[in-house]
Amino acid sequence: MSFHKNHWLLFSVIFFGYIALSWIAAIGPAIWVQDHTRALPGSAPMTPVERRGLQVYIAEGCIACHTQQVRPLKMDAVWGRPSAPGDYAHLKPLDIWQPYAPAVLGSERTGPDLTSIGTRQPSETWQYLHLYNPRAVSPDSVMPAFPWLFEVVANAPADAVVVPVPPAYAPSAGTVVASDKARALVAYLLSLKQVPLRASGANNAAAGTPVPPENATAGAEGATLYSNHCASCHQANGRGLAGVFPSLANNPVVVADDPAPHIATVLHGAQGRTIEGMTYPAAMPAFADQLTDAQIAAIVDHERSSWGNQAPKVTAKDVAAVRKGEAK
Amino acid sequence: MAEPSPILSADRPLVVGKARVESVGERDTAWTRLIFVYLACATSWLIVGTLIGVYLSIKFTAPDVDHVPWLSFGRLRPVHTNTVFWGWTSLAMIALVLYVVPKTSQRRLYSFPLAWISLALINLAVVIGGLCLMGGINNGGQEYREYIWPVMAIFASGVVLTAYNLIRTIADRGVEEIYISNWYIMGGFLWTSVLVTIAYLPFYQQNGISETVIQGYYMHNAVGMWFTPIVLGLTYYFLPKLLNKPIYSYSLGVLAFWTQMVFYTMIGGHHFVFAPTPWWLQTVAIIFSVGMIVTLAAGTGNFLLTMKGSGRTIARSYSLPFILAGVIGYFLWSAQGTLEALRSLNLVWHFTNYTVAHSHLTMYGFVVFLIWGGIYGLLPRMTGREPSHLLAGVHFWFALLGYFIYTFALMVGGTLQGVSWILNAPFIESVRLMAPFWLWRAVGGAMMFLSHLIFAYNLWRMRPLRLERTMPVAQMGALA
Repeated sequence: MSFHKNHWLLFSVIFFGYIALSWIAAIGPAIWVQDHTRALPGSAPMTPVERRGLQVYIAEGCIACHTQQVRPLKMDAVWGRPSAPGDYAHLKPLDIWQPYAPAVLGSERTGPDLTSIGTRQPSETWQYLHLYNPRAVSPDSVMPAFPWLFEVVANAPADAVVVPVPPAYAPSAGTVVASDKARALVAYLLSLKQVPLRASGANNAAAGTPVPPENATAGAEGATLYSNHCASCHQANGRGLAGVFPSLANNPVVVADDPAPHIATVLHGAQGRTIEGMTYPAAMPAFADQLTDAQIAAIVDHERSSWGNQAPKVTAKDVAAVRKGEAK
Repeated sequence: MAEPSPILSADRPLVVGKARVESVGERDTAWTRLIFVYLACATSWLIVGTLIGVYLSIKFTAPDVDHVPWLSFGRLRPVHTNTVFWGWTSLAMIALVLYVVPKTSQRRLYSFPLAWISLALINLAVVIGGLCLMGGINNGGQEYREYIWPVMAIFASGVVLTAYNLIRTIADRGVEEIYISNWYIMGGFLWTSVLVTIAYLPFYQQNGISETVIQGYYMHNAVGMWFTPIVLGLTYYFLPKLLNKPIYSYSLGVLAFWTQMVFYTMIGGHHFVFAPTPWWLQTVAIIFSVGMIVTLAAGTGNFLLTMKGSGRTIARSYSLPFILAGVIGYFLWSAQGTLEALRSLNLVWHFTNYTVAHSHLTMYGFVVFLIWGGIYGLLPRMTGREPSHLLAGVHFWFALLGYFIYTFALMVGGTLQGVSWILNAPFIESVRLMAPFWLWRAVGGAMMFLSHLIFAYNLWRMRPLRLERTMPVAQMGALA
């Protein structure tokens, strides 16, 4: 009996040996993980429309460029707290053709991580505009446009989601309206939020929430913070998008001597404000839970001293005061 | 001004002359035809798959080049990867396997009809799979297993039928020993049959992270337990054959084989380093990734020591340079994979375009170059018809320089991406800084594609001629 001469011996060892090794390296761990993963307390299963949105996300191959995993690394703190197995417990097989949980973790970050996109960019208007043509809101983006998730109609019905496309990207005639697929996809994207982990011991301290990325962005890196949190709507040049997202350059609130309304807007968001005769229906998110006082001060300072603005600077203490004042 | 040199001949050739092969056509014309049709199908998929690749690379520079749903990046990317994996590389490999296994077993292939059926099944899977992906029907975004299960079942049945065909051939071999090539080749077929089954059974991948565990195992093994062992097995035949001398050490080949099976199976977890998969699984994967150095050193050392002293033969051959480049690529680019698995380097390179460079370095710079070496080594000896020596050289250099440009651009750019994330620069910076590197990637990719067109022409030049097949000379005269 020899591997060199007995083909049945050789092939059996190859075949069954590999099955045994696969149990150790894949099937065993997968079963263990499956049996020991629980959804996080406070998390909700996907709604039917979010599920349809996930199907669009998978069909369009978004995972080719977007990850949904935050690693326990300092460089990943900008995307949220480190991901836990329980974060993915609600991912279930989509249908008979895809009888596995979809692979949303991804392996490439050509575009940003989407783990908490629903927190970072909760504006539906922005999401629709960005899907219709990413260059409309992010000029340097290389993401594909998805115009087939929208319809161009002559007269939008009352219940339609109208997308305020800037003229440079708008069709020559008609109004851009989100299709069911786009609405489902945006519902899914906005549902992507991290549930706070309840630290139950010293080991979990690192995974506490919300992660204050203070260390990561200590100091007055207002420009970076602005770029990460504000520029997607207000644009790098501070001029916003006409009629959709207001300009910050020479904005009355931004250049006012009293910084309190400016700080309050960043802390608590805004919707439906009328600025210089133009009303802006798109909602601005609140950053009170996402950013520290020092970070908000850095952003506000950056906005008050850029694009021709010359307003008095603020400190973290000013932000703390507004935060407290509003809380009472 | 230019005086004729007294020592060099006046009419020097443009390039080094390559040795002609003895043009004794293979007598078994059914065999020749089978292998040629496999290669012709494979090469068609190479052209289609890499044309798509080039088109995708353009989209990084011009994202609005089209707004057609089935041509959008997210849908087309898996069409590129799956077409070159299952259409081109797999079929080309199987073509050579269908020669090497019967040859080293000293008997005829067990069943020709089975081989034709396998070819049809694999082609069918790639056609349907590609159309499904473009239509937005995929397997939940799992990389390299984007084909939904009914499509992959077609592909897998092609692989299993071929495996059966090969086992029957080897079982009835005319020699006592099973040549080392057949260890590797059968390893590839049996492992892949198991792998695809495990990857497509749903029971243990019903939530996010359990699926991720299987995905890491699958995406690594689909490359390293299919393409790697089979092209190594082919090289254990073609290298000694083309050099006309025995392999340096049979035992090193056996050592590399068993370590390949044990070490490689364990390392899939390194695709999800720092992910919420079990930490011990990641650590095991990293340790065995380092262990793969043993396999690499044994395999590469064996090939290089076999080539030692045969520099002139290699220089005068148009097939052996491909094999030399592939063997060196095997060592360098697989070792690169080990480095990427180390946590300290993984945190720089993971998620960046560096990994795209790595997958092209291994699949192209290693696997595909060895396949081309095998094709140029085999086909002229089977059909009695040679490619243009000059164009074979052009093919070699365009492919080599093209993939160097492609991958070095992405390795430099990918490293900068990782560094920019570590420095907490705004994310969009990592997109902006890639612009020149994406352009160079497209240039390198276009050169690779051009070399594939040349290769396709060379394959056409090496085609078997129909009339020579079955007809005795007397009857040919009657027809004229």
